[in-house]
Amino acid sequence: MLALSPLQSEDQIQLQDNRSSNLWVQATKNILRYPSAVIGLIIITVLLLIAVAAPLIATHDPILSMIGVPGETGRLPGKVPCLPLFGCEDAIHLMGLDLNGRDLFSRVIYGTRSSLFVGFVSISLAIAAGTILGVTAGYVGGKVDNIIMRIMDVVLAFPALLLAISIVTILGPGLLNALIGISITFIPQYARLSRASVLSIKEREFIVAQHALGARPMRIVFNHVLPNSITPIIVQGTLGIGTAILDAAALSFLGLGAQPPMPEWGQILSESRNYLFTSPHLVFFPGIAIMITVLGFNLFGDGMRDALDPRLNRN
Amino acid sequence: MARFIFRRMLSSIPVLIGILIVTFALIHALPGDPCIAVLGERATEEICEAYMKHNGLDKPLPVQFGIYMTNILQGDLGDSLRFRRPVVEILIERLPVTIELGLAALMFAIFVGIPLGIISAYRHKSKFDLGTMIIANIGVSMPVFWLGLMLSYLFGVLLMDTPLTLPPSGRLTPGTYPEPFYLVWGWVIEGEKPAGILVFISRLNILNCILTFNGGVLVDAIRHLILPAITVGTIPLAIIARMTRSSLLEVLGEDYVRTARAKGVREFVVVIKHAGKNSLLPVVTVIGLNFGLIISGAVLTETIFGLTGVGRTLVESITSRDYTLVQGFTVIIAMGFVLINMIVDILYGILDPRIRLS
Repeated sequence: MLALSPLQSEDQIQLQDNRSSNLWVQATKNILRYPSAVIGLIIITVLLLIAVAAPLIATHDPILSMIGVPGETGRLPGKVPCLPLFGCEDAIHLMGLDLNGRDLFSRVIYGTRSSLFVGFVSISLAIAAGTILGVTAGYVGGKVDNIIMRIMDVVLAFPALLLAISIVTILGPGLLNALIGISITFIPQYARLSRASVLSIKEREFIVAQHALGARPMRIVFNHVLPNSITPIIVQGTLGIGTAILDAAALSFLGLGAQPPMPEWGQILSESRNYLFTSPHLVFFPGIAIMITVLGFNLFGDGMRDALDPRLNRN
Repeated sequence: MARFIFRRMLSSIPVLIGILIVTFALIHALPGDPCIAVLGERATEEICEAYMKHNGLDKPLPVQFGIYMTNILQGDLGDSLRFRRPVVEILIERLPVTIELGLAALMFAIFVGIPLGIISAYRHKSKFDLGTMIIANIGVSMPVFWLGLMLSYLFGVLLMDTPLTLPPSGRLTPGTYPEPFYLVWGWVIEGEKPAGILVFISRLNILNCILTFNGGVLVDAIRHLILPAITVGTIPLAIIARMTRSSLLEVLGEDYVRTARAKGVREFVVVIKHAGKNSLLPVVTVIGLNFGLIISGAVLTETIFGLTGVGRTLVESITSRDYTLVQGFTVIIAMGFVLINMIVDILYGILDPRIRLS
């Protein structure tokens, strides 16, 4: 008897659902067992909240100069942090004022938005493009594979920041172009990863079975190959977000990314680096912000890799 | 072995050609008329035409690419638009700065990173291990340029009047002049133009000072190099320490290590000789991969510490639209990158016979 009765098949579906949700629960539990992953996750969550609620958290308008604002006294540009705790009775500026008299705390808070935006979007674009290229190369094979992967080799032959700088030179400075530049430098990583997974999965029985059943290549790739190769890509992606944020800050620091007066961490650093010896606080705070953000993604990525790598779990 | 090296060299040729195509395309993808970019807005049509003809820009693209490739193979990278001098000349003067910085950074990363990784693995799960890994995690998360700024503030301002103070910018104290070794040795008479290779070597300050026994300048050059080298080397250091630790931990779990221990071999010998050798492979790869990081780091660090190296020149040329220089420097850096990767692969083959046989 080959055909299943309706009841049986429903049972089976139920069983399968339970199993797959269990796997997700299992994976999450696994991840949460790693302290570094938990710390990373907390940092990322807090940063996301800060980015969303920036207008509520920021004490001042990030682009508004305090010069001429009632209640502000003394020399405003580059003013050091002023807290009532230290006997300061002026208006409160948690991180002081920048050289244009703008509230640094508010600028750093708003900066969370652009950094997270660049990190997430550039890596998502790179994953999308890289996966398409890698899966095509791995699945089709032959000449197509060769051409795609040689192009990826050439992209990898340039130091990442240098390539991003060159691309932004062509496209023109700006945060969006920096994002595109960074994204391109990341494509080969994901192409290689997804190609490797496709190659390892392609010959497995369940894929061969799909072929035998007459499934079209697109369906096989999207329903069977990709879900089975997604873990390393997610892990690599999380780690990539940290690097992308660092690259974006570096580009802005060189004047190729975010343009003034946009509050972006690298840009704030770039504006104030010549005043390092007189107003070090202007350099200190945005750098710390970048570091914490990148640290969050790195910790989470590392923890996730440890948790999801079956080879490590066995030990 | 020779076959393996030869095969590896052959396989980098397509990548090298790809690099040339990309850098060639880079210049042609630039927005706007190259003539206007070079000669300015006021260039008339006749002048532009003459310019295009003179530079071979009126020929079809494949022909232009052929000329470009022949020139590069002959060591001609064109004239810089900003300096009005051959790009190669500028490269000879400035590449040593970056090489010196990169090597110093790499030394710092290797000689601090590997011991840290070994001790962490040896004392797995101890406080030392935890501390090292926390610092390593923070190290890879720091923006290079921020670290540079903070270090120069710490050693240049906060520690100003203490013995720990270090100069926060430049290669040498203003007024110091390291006499090039070819003049000291009498190879070249003052006023005569020295060969490129001599200039190149003499611009490696530390080597030049050693060659001329110039102790005072040597100390000055080293003192100036410490902060930039730490800045560039910190991320590679963190990566190397982590890699050494995890790779050594993996090897320490192997059966032959247990056998060695059971034989009664001293723990130090087990870790260094038995496990150390076999855990070196991934570390070598990581060191090779760090070349890209060092170049990226050098671009930023040279900007901060006011060093006239390749990285800073490149960024400045981008802002001043000196495209021939950008093109030339990019080609050289990318080729250097390919070369280093090749050397790493060959080293890998020497260290692990399985790789060269497969």
